[in-house]
Amino acid sequence: MGEMIKELIQYRHLLYMLVWRDVKIRYKQTAMGFLWAILMPMLVVCAGLLIKKGMSVFSGKPMELSDLLSVTVKALPFSFFIGSIRFATNSLVGNTNLVTKIYFPREVFPIAAVIANVFDFMIATAIFIIILAFTSFSIDVYALWVPWLILLLIFLATGCGMLLSCANLFYRDVKYIVEAVLTFAIFFTPVFFEASLFGKWSTLLLLNPLGAILENINNVVVFHRQPDMVWLVYATIWSIGGLIIGWRIFHKLEYAFAENI
Amino acid sequence: MNDIVLEFKNVYKRFSRGEKNDSLRDLIPYLTKKLLFRGEGYKLKEKEFWAVKNVSFEIRRGEAVGIIGPNGAGKSTILKLLSGILRPNSGEIAVNGRLSALIEVGAGFHPDLTGRENIYLNGAILGMKRSEIQNKMDQIVEFSELSDFIDTPVKRYSSGMYARLGFSVAAHVDPEILLVDEVLSVGDFTFQHKCLEKMQDIVKKGTTVIFISHNIPSVIKLCQKTILLNKGEINQYGDSREVCRQYYNVYSESRKVSEKNIISLKNIKLLNCNNEETSNFKSCEWGRAEITIESHEEIENIIMGFLIKQADGSMAFDANSDKIANKYYSFKINEQKKIVIDFRNNLPEGTYFLGVHFLRPNKGFYYYNSELVEFYVNAPKTLGVAYLDLKW
Repeated sequence: MGEMIKELIQYRHLLYMLVWRDVKIRYKQTAMGFLWAILMPMLVVCAGLLIKKGMSVFSGKPMELSDLLSVTVKALPFSFFIGSIRFATNSLVGNTNLVTKIYFPREVFPIAAVIANVFDFMIATAIFIIILAFTSFSIDVYALWVPWLILLLIFLATGCGMLLSCANLFYRDVKYIVEAVLTFAIFFTPVFFEASLFGKWSTLLLLNPLGAILENINNVVVFHRQPDMVWLVYATIWSIGGLIIGWRIFHKLEYAFAENI
Repeated sequence: MNDIVLEFKNVYKRFSRGEKNDSLRDLIPYLTKKLLFRGEGYKLKEKEFWAVKNVSFEIRRGEAVGIIGPNGAGKSTILKLLSGILRPNSGEIAVNGRLSALIEVGAGFHPDLTGRENIYLNGAILGMKRSEIQNKMDQIVEFSELSDFIDTPVKRYSSGMYARLGFSVAAHVDPEILLVDEVLSVGDFTFQHKCLEKMQDIVKKGTTVIFISHNIPSVIKLCQKTILLNKGEINQYGDSREVCRQYYNVYSESRKVSEKNIISLKNIKLLNCNNEETSNFKSCEWGRAEITIESHEEIENIIMGFLIKQADGSMAFDANSDKIANKYYSFKINEQKKIVIDFRNNLPEGTYFLGVHFLRPNKGFYYYNSELVEFYVNAPKTLGVAYLDLKW
């Protein structure tokens, strides 16, 4: 593992250039440019509001600001995760030319794909924070958990991205499977609703590590409380374990990439 | 021993013909087949072949080595093995030093980025730091002669411009070891010449260079030593001129002889103008070749060819008896004939080979040997391919 990280550091210039390229070309020749970075999360937020409204009509409770915040706070990381996976899965096959022609650690492709999405995520978050400043909402000391939770999310995305990108290199089916799973992921992840809504079945939803991370972000930002430690540890194991295993497998298969792409 | 920067030790690389299983749908029948009919697992191996077979060589610091061979001989595979893109099935590869491989010009270009942005990107891909690229930016742009278009997206470039930009970046990478795969064939004539000069500069600076090309003269110009590959094996490794000559022989001539053993050569003698047997001539001196031929069948009206080759294998002169002297030869069974040709060698200083061939119009060769005897020409130093009689 140490050697793999060392090699990555050695090639940091390349990683930087690839991220820069991915960011730069993504919105090239588009009329909206970087506004696209917030369009996707905005759509998710709108869909979430619709569902929240429906639920409030059904239960007779009026909608509150915290409902709106919950949806937004979870929608942003969620769309980052979805975007990263989608992008990372294609990162090797989309760079066939480089994979077969030039040598460098291939890890840089999925990692660069995730980092390029972090960039989009930061734009969306910055805009969200500006909007938040105009409301009566405040955060407190628990919000300090957020960087750690986001880091876990990035690790999880990177680990999955590495696995999926090399799986997709060998079998293009993976791309379609990923597409299908991502389309319905919103139903299996507590974004529009809280896991607690399901009572004793909530555990089932939190087994999805993405769900556990999102719920905890919601806890510390919107509800001003400690993160749920059990699920935090659970998510940490998933994220870091996933990254290590994903990277290991990727590294092991790396030698065969050029011949099988 | 530290001097050896690249080493190949009994390297094997296997490739397989035909399509692999690209989707899961193909994998499942493949796996079941493999499980059910274990014996047939070996049959699949028949589809495989050795792209590189037991190849060993060493390259020392500062050497420039060419790799030549017909298409599919495994040249690019060797470069990919050296650069680490492919891993050998067996054998060892050692590389000591910062290596940069130029397997395809502009491989890392993105069409939507401008020329300048692509220089940064491609430079990073080839292993340069951002600050290094910044320092060399002006040189690179100047070399590519594209300063007017450098802020235009490369998707608007012509293919020649694209290749020029690619080569310009690659030529400024400054590695310790440079692997180059057929990149001189880019751009127009003047740019090609410029590329070759740049490559010579790189070699002079002491960079170890491995150079793959089908352009034999530039291989000879650039490299002292050359590897000749055929079907994944090293055919020859040695002095560039020698190896390139072999290459010309094996791949351009051996295939020409259609019917063998109809004509055989009995004797050949080279004489100077004083009728002394020799292999040293002066430029513009008259010489005589006496060639004794025997035919094993009765043949009529065949044409004889007389040719002289330069040391690197390229043709200096090749003439047929019908065109030049309106002469045809006929043989009875087992008849021997002595053919005498007087020639004046208007050749510059160097080593040459004299050869002959016999052919029947539209029927191919009865005999072909372009290297019957070696001879030397002494002359004052001149450039060019001919040595004229002149009065100054």
